[in-house]
Amino acid sequence: MTRSAIDVRGLQKSYKDKVVLDGVDFTVEAGTVTALLGPNGAGKTTIVHILSTLVRLDGGTASVNGFDVTREPNGVRSAIGLTGQFSAVDGLLTGEENLRLMARLRHLGPKRSKTRVAELLDQFDLVEAARKPLATYSGGMRRRLDLAMTLVDTPSVIFLDEPTAGLDPRSRHTMWDIVRRLVADGTTVLLTTQYLTEADELADRIAVLDGGRIVAAGSPEELKRLVPGGHIQLRFADAVSLDAASRLIDGSDRDDAGLALLVPSGGGVATLRTVLDRLDAAHLDVDDLSIHTPDLDDVFFALTGKKDAAVPADTKGTVS
Amino acid sequence: MTTTAAPPARSTRPPSHLVADSVTMLRRNLLHMIRYPGLSVFTILGPVVILLLFVLVFGGTLGAGLPGVDPAGGREAYVAYVMPGILLITIAGTASGTAITVSMDMTEGITARFRSMAISRASVLAGHVIGITIQSLIAVALVLGVGVAIGFRPTANLLDWLAIAGLVTFISFAVTWIGVGMGMQSKTVETASNLPLILTFLPFLGSGFVPTDSMPAGLQWFAEYQPFTPFIEAIRGLLVGTPLGTYPLLAVIWCVVITIIGYVWSMTIYERKSVRA
Repeated sequence: MTRSAIDVRGLQKSYKDKVVLDGVDFTVEAGTVTALLGPNGAGKTTIVHILSTLVRLDGGTASVNGFDVTREPNGVRSAIGLTGQFSAVDGLLTGEENLRLMARLRHLGPKRSKTRVAELLDQFDLVEAARKPLATYSGGMRRRLDLAMTLVDTPSVIFLDEPTAGLDPRSRHTMWDIVRRLVADGTTVLLTTQYLTEADELADRIAVLDGGRIVAAGSPEELKRLVPGGHIQLRFADAVSLDAASRLIDGSDRDDAGLALLVPSGGGVATLRTVLDRLDAAHLDVDDLSIHTPDLDDVFFALTGKKDAAVPADTKGTVS
Repeated sequence: MTTTAAPPARSTRPPSHLVADSVTMLRRNLLHMIRYPGLSVFTILGPVVILLLFVLVFGGTLGAGLPGVDPAGGREAYVAYVMPGILLITIAGTASGTAITVSMDMTEGITARFRSMAISRASVLAGHVIGITIQSLIAVALVLGVGVAIGFRPTANLLDWLAIAGLVTFISFAVTWIGVGMGMQSKTVETASNLPLILTFLPFLGSGFVPTDSMPAGLQWFAEYQPFTPFIEAIRGLLVGTPLGTYPLLAVIWCVVITIIGYVWSMTIYERKSVRA
């Protein structure tokens, strides 16, 4: 059965004179992950707040699990879980007490509360810290507790507002794993992020938001195809090797000053392998190799055609 | 878009867990108080210092100035006179604690979580109000104990004491709702801790420390018609047997009015701004 868990039509929102959302449309199918991708101020958080009944919409309609956010807010509230950018935990209680508080507010009953809290502590790797005050928690632990609190009553739709902002790479990967497990269990996830990599890792569909409008939507692959800028950069020890290599690889761009060769690539392994095989066959040594993948800047500039896109691609987002 | 499937019945019900959720929130606030007693201790220490200052330092002179008091027994007369005012300062002081905890909740982001959940709206705030009211009652009892230790001799009988307990509870409840409103209104925790100081001053600008007819005309008018004067006079009458008149009735009316104002104020802001802009 495919039905839309989230349905947003012509969503409008302004704060005083500032238009934040200017006719946003999108749907999220039940059991899938959709990422709202966009820079600060694009309206991502406003959408999440409207869908979680925290902010009133000015125009258009929005529904979650078939409940209209304006007319049936309690229906929406009983279906959703929200983990926002700001940690919504009680800093004066311990981790376990925070979870128990949520279990009570979800009216789980004493027995189910107990097992569910123990389950979540285990699942989120918080057993050791369970009885410690939150002041001793790291940023990653707080974020995990925050999400665990959201999941106490296994909501069917979860909003994650920049779930990995400010986390170190390790905590970020832990968070990604948790989100993947949720999806495997059939939860619908709406995620906001500034990072294409994150959307790419987690989302089935991505909607790019800019200036209060959706400027593009599709699968990660579809979006990345819209974006040029991915390339492999090969650096050589001398001009002779660079000459040889540039003759060897078609479609490459030379950067004589930097003794480097830029080979366009969609980010796949195949291109990389072909390039390396050819260099190998010709016995050419590569001093340094780096892969540049299109990042949010590239996607964003390509989709919105902002002037700043004139900035040379190789000064941005290096993944090596 | 009205073609979506009919919503399941369980979710269209109105919030029906008002009591259970209020108890949960109350439990949370009591836990805060036990774990971090600093704020509670301060709400008791403040009034005790004022009590000692006014009785031991100024008491002799101020008591001698009260109408119909023998100058030799000034201090004893003054402790009897000032006690109700001190108790009201204690109650007003807990509003500051309320405002601080409410304001902290608002900035912590946990209020946004509560609002996005299917829990009764009033419960979050009721938890604060009931918690602080209990704290306020304990504080009043302790401050009264200090008063007795330095020579306060109430003449109240059992019925009077019950009336005092009831009135103190009602006043605390009303004042705490104003504290909640102030906490919600404040953009920062600092503002939240300062705003309720206005309440702490009201007993001074009423009949708490000196009789109102010793004040200049304008101030006297304010002192006679502000809510803390009937509060103080009603409690004074019950504690030491001064004439009660219409003060208890006025006190109860004021409590109802203040509670309604505080409640409506708090709920309006709660609905509007529990998300940080």
